[in-house]
Amino acid sequence: MSESEHHEHHVDLNSYIRRCVLVFIAVLCATGLMIFASYLPHFGWPAKVAMIIAVAICNAFVVAGFLMHLLTEKKMIYTVLGFTVFFFAGLMGLTLWAMSDFPLGTAVH
Amino acid sequence: MEIPYTTEIRPDTGVYNAKLGIWLFLASEVMLFGALFSAYILLRVGAPPDMWPHGWLDVRFGTLNTILLALSAITTLLAWAACKVREFGKFRFFHGCTILLALTFLGIKSYEYHDKWIHYEIHLKDGTIADGHLVEQNDTEVVIHGRIVTDETKLYDLRAQKDIQLTELTIPRADIKAMENYAPRHNTFTAIYFTLTGLHALHILGGTCVIFYLWAFGGAMWRKDPERFTNRVEVSGLFWHFVDLVWIFLFPVLYLT
Repeated sequence: MSESEHHEHHVDLNSYIRRCVLVFIAVLCATGLMIFASYLPHFGWPAKVAMIIAVAICNAFVVAGFLMHLLTEKKMIYTVLGFTVFFFAGLMGLTLWAMSDFPLGTAVH
Repeated sequence: MEIPYTTEIRPDTGVYNAKLGIWLFLASEVMLFGALFSAYILLRVGAPPDMWPHGWLDVRFGTLNTILLALSAITTLLAWAACKVREFGKFRFFHGCTILLALTFLGIKSYEYHDKWIHYEIHLKDGTIADGHLVEQNDTEVVIHGRIVTDETKLYDLRAQKDIQLTELTIPRADIKAMENYAPRHNTFTAIYFTLTGLHALHILGGTCVIFYLWAFGGAMWRKDPERFTNRVEVSGLFWHFVDLVWIFLFPVLYLT
């Protein structure tokens, strides 16, 4: 039995609608939480940015996991994503490194 | 000649070809947007103190667009699920919703762009700055709906200023030293804002075209080979979810921080 045929017997539209409603509520909650965090008094911008990005990452995991079916994907897809994560982490790592890597004699804010 | 592995699983990869293809494409897209986010971080960290804008974008529009994209991601998934249970009518309904939601998103984005395009920062010869939306202009004067500030840093953190009074200001052209709208060339924030959201909007437009094609002209393939059509819907849906994922980061980065 092919994967497609396998899915055909297991997709239930009503259960998908229920799942989608839950995901949508989760996205709404995450969006509300991010907006709330951005208006929190007594927190500096670095703390607010950290909180907001943390919520955004959780939100992204929900969307990728449930809507893109990443929770039940094949090994090949995980391999592709593994390479992507590695290079993306390298890109961001180099960016963070560059933030404190000023040439001698230049101004630092 | 028939294209291999459009519906059946390729033994060595475990997925049909188009699925592996779209994931490889999305991997390259992650690096593309990652590079732009990296540029954003460096521009922001490198900006002088108090010179990075806060509150320049309307959070209400950003929130509305977030909800629209989240809804469209869900209707896309339901369109695929409808194909899986062989209900073409429901597929057309859900994908029709996706197209409408996407066009609404682009409409709101266009309005936001227009709002920035008619927003002017006018440096006057007396050293003050007039800032606001253009109402009208002619050869002798410029009329804006805005305010006058003496300190340029007052134009940056709008969230920290609670009571901003805006009035209609008529400025003789003879008093103007320089004026510039909030276009990409205005400063590094508008440059990276237009670049990031513009590229994202192009992705929305491209995805909408593909979804529209499947919605309008997919009937023939559906009758001939429904499983292959369903896989096409899945692949286009994966792209659409990725576009939604990018917005999940764009919204907080640009509108909230």
